[in-house]
Amino acid sequence: MPATEPAVAGGSPPPASPTSAAAPAAAGARAAGRPGLARRVVARHGHPREWVWGYLMVAPLALGLAGFYLWPIVQSVYYSFTSWGAFGGQQWAGLANYRAFLSDPQLPKAAWNTVLYSLLLLASIPVSIVFAALLNQVRGRSVGLYRTLYFIPVVSMPAAVAMVWRWLYNGDYGLINYLLSLIGIHGPHWVSDGRFAVYAMALVGIWAVIGYNMIIFAAGLKGIPRHYYEAAELDGAGRVRQFFSITLPLLSPSIFFVSVITVISGLQMFDYVLLMLGRSNPALADSKTIAYLFYEYVFLDNEQGMGCAIAVVLTVVLLLLTAVQFRLQKRWVHYA
Amino acid sequence: MRSQRLWPVHVVLAIGAAAMIAPFLWQLLTSLQTLGEATHVPPTFLPGWRWSNYGEVFTSMPFLRQFLNTVVITVVRVAAQLLFCSMAGYAFARLRFPGRNVLFLVLLSVLMVPSQVYLLPQYQILMHLGLLNTLTGIVLPGLFSAFGTFMLRQFFLSLPVDVEEAARLDGAGPLRIFWSVMLPLAKPGLISLGVLTVLWSWNDLLWPLVVTSDAGQMPLSVGLATLQGEHVTDYPVLMAGSLLASLPMIAMFLVSQRRITEGIAFTGSK
Repeated sequence: MPATEPAVAGGSPPPASPTSAAAPAAAGARAAGRPGLARRVVARHGHPREWVWGYLMVAPLALGLAGFYLWPIVQSVYYSFTSWGAFGGQQWAGLANYRAFLSDPQLPKAAWNTVLYSLLLLASIPVSIVFAALLNQVRGRSVGLYRTLYFIPVVSMPAAVAMVWRWLYNGDYGLINYLLSLIGIHGPHWVSDGRFAVYAMALVGIWAVIGYNMIIFAAGLKGIPRHYYEAAELDGAGRVRQFFSITLPLLSPSIFFVSVITVISGLQMFDYVLLMLGRSNPALADSKTIAYLFYEYVFLDNEQGMGCAIAVVLTVVLLLLTAVQFRLQKRWVHYA
Repeated sequence: MRSQRLWPVHVVLAIGAAAMIAPFLWQLLTSLQTLGEATHVPPTFLPGWRWSNYGEVFTSMPFLRQFLNTVVITVVRVAAQLLFCSMAGYAFARLRFPGRNVLFLVLLSVLMVPSQVYLLPQYQILMHLGLLNTLTGIVLPGLFSAFGTFMLRQFFLSLPVDVEEAARLDGAGPLRIFWSVMLPLAKPGLISLGVLTVLWSWNDLLWPLVVTSDAGQMPLSVGLATLQGEHVTDYPVLMAGSLLASLPMIAMFLVSQRRITEGIAFTGSK
């Protein structure tokens, strides 16, 4: 790349380069008939030479996104209104997939599991705030050490993490049930019992995301001016009072951001169902999520139209929920 | 006096930290035991120093092959994303052209759609191209990132305009300004995007899961996922394998901790 770059740069003679000052003058002189319009276009959109570079530099990404993301999105929406023959042909089916999905006996349980998982995942937020606030009090070398330890679950491969937790949750040999037995509790088979599997997965989800949330909260805490606390201290406010009256309100933009992404990722939960439960698990029927249903319909059961309908519904729900969160933020988020 | 008031803080933080790494310590412990020791009740808290479990990882699954697959996939995705996202991010941030805002809105809309929506058509594209079960196929959609473009656009917007202005007055064209002036200035943003992409690519599961069925073409994430569904219940070997699979990311995190945390904090603030 560096080899071609001087040639290209040299190819454009200096006077014609899109200098913000020179460009309007040049273009204006050319379109002498209607100087006002030309000047306005150039002022708003720049010189045509700048356009060419803009389009060229955006082109590779735009083509890739169009081919691999935008067009597929359109196709999926179309597929959701079709039924798929055994040999690949698609026929218009109207709303049949949506009706079938809404009357799917698996839907209520899967929807509840997905919502429950997301709600449980939200519990990571208060935990992360407390740890981030505590870490904010500490100075010196131990800060880096703590941050490293809390963040290791975030960078670890989910497939590997799920394997470790499956081992910890093991009903017969798992460490968790051994520790419970020490205090006289006979633990269940956590991930192969439909009553516990969603909670077991949510605990792993929380454990894996705390370090990530802490980083965002730590950045938010750094932005709170010190003198607020000094003033509160002069007024005799204790640490707990300071936390609730200063830290929490001023951290609300970060809390808002984290809760939006937590809900988005919670409602798309798929990895742990596949990784921690697996396809032959007796608890699977009681522990499927919406995203897992999608995977099953599209890639295991050859019900692509139905799967695409699920994906479309999931998208609509996500967008609506995010919109609602953005509306509600006015009530509790303070932008300093 | 200050340190006296701080000790309860340290106690709570230490308990939390212990909860964070206890699973890994247990994993390490089990990985060095025989199956008999691992499934002993009550559990044995001493390692058996059975290093051969780590050797067995390479014979019970194509670990080395899948490790190299993961490295290749990750390197190609990172290189492509850095190039395409920085070019487009710069153009969106600093160049003016008709349709720029509309294009950018379309890009943001891709960002808001969950991956389930484009998964099946992407799979079909690969099928038509004959690229199922190939590294090329796994890599292809991830060469382009709406997120990365958005992130770098925000980064370019945060850079001062005067350096660029000076280069322009010296007669440098947009490509030259981008390549020799702005890219060096954007290095922190590029590194942040790079490590976040490495992390995402290394751990990515759903996409490679649906496009590979041949163990020799799988990345490690899919290899481990299919392994535990199957015959293998040799927990010590599974623990050794999963530890080896996570280790490169933990090592990268230890080296580039600041960049990762900065990158995450940056996306959180925008």
